[in-house]
Amino acid sequence: MVIAMSADMNNGMNTGKPTRTTGRPLLDPGKAKMSSRGLNVHYGSKQAIRNVDLDIGRNEVTAIIGPSGCGKSTYLRCLNRMNDTIDICRVSGEITLDGENIHDPRLDVVQLRARVGMVFQKPNPFPKSIFENVAYGPRIHGLADSREDLEEIVITSLEKAGLLDEVKDRMNAPGTSLSGGQQQRLCIARAIAVSPEVILMDEPCSALDPIATARIEELIDELRANYTIVIVTHSMQQAGRVSQRTAFFHLGDLIECGETEQIFTTPRNKLTQGYITGRFG
Amino acid sequence: MSELEMTEPAATVTETARRVQARLAARYAAEKRFRLYGIAAIGLALFMLVALFGSIIGRGWSAFGQTMLTLEVTLDPAVIDPDGRREPSALASADYQGLIKTALGTLFPEVTDRQQRRQLFELASSGASFRLRDLVVETPALIGSTVTVRVPARDTVDQYVKGHILASTPESARRISDRQIAWVESLREKGLLERRFNTILFTAGDSREPELAGLWAAVSGSFFVMVVTLALSFPTGVAAAVYLEEFAPKNRLTDIIEVNINNLAAVPSVVFGLLGLSLFLGWFGLPRSSPLVGGLVLALIILPTIIIAGRAALTAVPPSIREAALGIGASRMQTVTHHVLPLAMPGILTGTIIGMARALGESAPLLMIGMVAFVVDVPRTPLDPATVLPVQIYLWADSAERAFVERTSAAIMVLLVFLIAMNALAVLLRRKFERRW
Repeated sequence: MVIAMSADMNNGMNTGKPTRTTGRPLLDPGKAKMSSRGLNVHYGSKQAIRNVDLDIGRNEVTAIIGPSGCGKSTYLRCLNRMNDTIDICRVSGEITLDGENIHDPRLDVVQLRARVGMVFQKPNPFPKSIFENVAYGPRIHGLADSREDLEEIVITSLEKAGLLDEVKDRMNAPGTSLSGGQQQRLCIARAIAVSPEVILMDEPCSALDPIATARIEELIDELRANYTIVIVTHSMQQAGRVSQRTAFFHLGDLIECGETEQIFTTPRNKLTQGYITGRFG
Repeated sequence: MSELEMTEPAATVTETARRVQARLAARYAAEKRFRLYGIAAIGLALFMLVALFGSIIGRGWSAFGQTMLTLEVTLDPAVIDPDGRREPSALASADYQGLIKTALGTLFPEVTDRQQRRQLFELASSGASFRLRDLVVETPALIGSTVTVRVPARDTVDQYVKGHILASTPESARRISDRQIAWVESLREKGLLERRFNTILFTAGDSREPELAGLWAAVSGSFFVMVVTLALSFPTGVAAAVYLEEFAPKNRLTDIIEVNINNLAAVPSVVFGLLGLSLFLGWFGLPRSSPLVGGLVLALIILPTIIIAGRAALTAVPPSIREAALGIGASRMQTVTHHVLPLAMPGILTGTIIGMARALGESAPLLMIGMVAFVVDVPRTPLDPATVLPVQIYLWADSAERAFVERTSAAIMVLLVFLIAMNALAVLLRRKFERRW
């Protein structure tokens, strides 16, 4: 369903100048877990993110929404420096985790990714057993001192991810033998096992059916108590259900950010309004 | 076209159906034609394969048998050990040839003429005396008794018995005389001449006498060469592939390296042989004709194959696995060694084994570094002079004796068995290590 955008929308995004964000992208001091200031991302000569200032609140779910190609995933991947693996990707600007610059040479990227975990769009369990999938992170980081420790971490992680009851009898079955929704919860368990502070989720439900999606959404809501969560989603309903704050991206600009309820009931920006009412996107 | 049809309203369906109908016959005919081409191609390939195997096996199977002569030899102490001291050196250098001759002479006492006697002695292989010597050196207690020994018959006798030399051929055109044929027939009647499994072919080194020539030196040479090749090319190739695919920045330099690796894969192998000659023999002064140098040269030849196969296998590992590992804080090294490399291993192993199979069949570069030498002794280390199976085939194919024709085909069969075994191993390893993701 493609409906032509109005002319002023088009003009708004093709100017080189960054758009000023509507709403409240920044939080009161001390409330932010992660922040970006003046963040720009280029893929070769193409700019994917333009001058984004955004705070991610502690122990809450921040949803990032926007049409395809707007830079949501790119932004998410900046938060744990996954973009480092892409040769042509250049990131400038500042991102902080608890006030520490994540690009600081003193902060190791491996350390960062242990603190900021990630769950991907397509469930991607390792082609190993369920146990090994969850145990891998603690093992490489040396989080468990003994086999019992490790088993405990695996069990608690699977429990937190709401998967334990379904897999406790077949911990040695390959992770790939699970259903799509179970695989995604396994990936969440794998991310939790390292005890990260922040969990980034890149459209975690886009490959799942509505029932599996509901399970994951419930899970996200439970996890909020202990973790800071950033979720990229295509589903406005999902953003509305799980998040406390919502950021709307459009063609690399952060257009509007605020309380989720406010964004979905009284969006202040025309673009946001157009997107959430389904007029484009 | 299809999109157009979909957006068109339903009213034109009949028109669409008519147009589809009109082209239907032609479409099916094209499909049928294509299938026929495919079947014809496969048929041709199978025919060629059958022709190749048929000709090789038809010619070579008789080489697995060898005509043996049963002789009653009296181990005369006066000939073997005139001193009576049973010294090993004296025992080893006694005139066993004479004993064989005596044994043959007693079978045909009517032959007295000097020239005829020489022809008679030619029925047994010159290697017969070595058999006798080994027997005596091993058990000196036999001296003085009469033993029954089975010794290989000369190649001409063997070929006549196998029917490769026909009695109907004019005597001047064959290497076995009418008189010898008569003796052979008489020996056959007495049951002293029989065909047995040719163990010499699998235990001896090369020889000028076809009935004494074996493949074992070439097989061991090939084995040592393969070990050196694998030990060098596999780790180097995998390391290069992993570095280029997972770590190296994508820039002009790596592009140039990639193009050059691809080019190297197409360089004729004889060029590598010349390189080995000047570099390993000329510069480093490594021993000539040795499996070590052969292995070095072959490693260079198959390195590009392994790198290319390795890179292809690494590229085929889904990026999601890398992201999963990196996402929970694995370092790049851990990502590669724990996840990417194990998943790429089946592909890498297949590439390596295909490369090794190619190396096993190479002869041209080995000619350049002197592995074409006539090697009688079975090599014991990679530094001993050696030859390899394909070079042995080349040498035998070049030999004049009729008996080498069947031995050449037999050697090809042995090489084919090794190649089939290696390819089967590749399939097995692939099955074993292949994992779904």
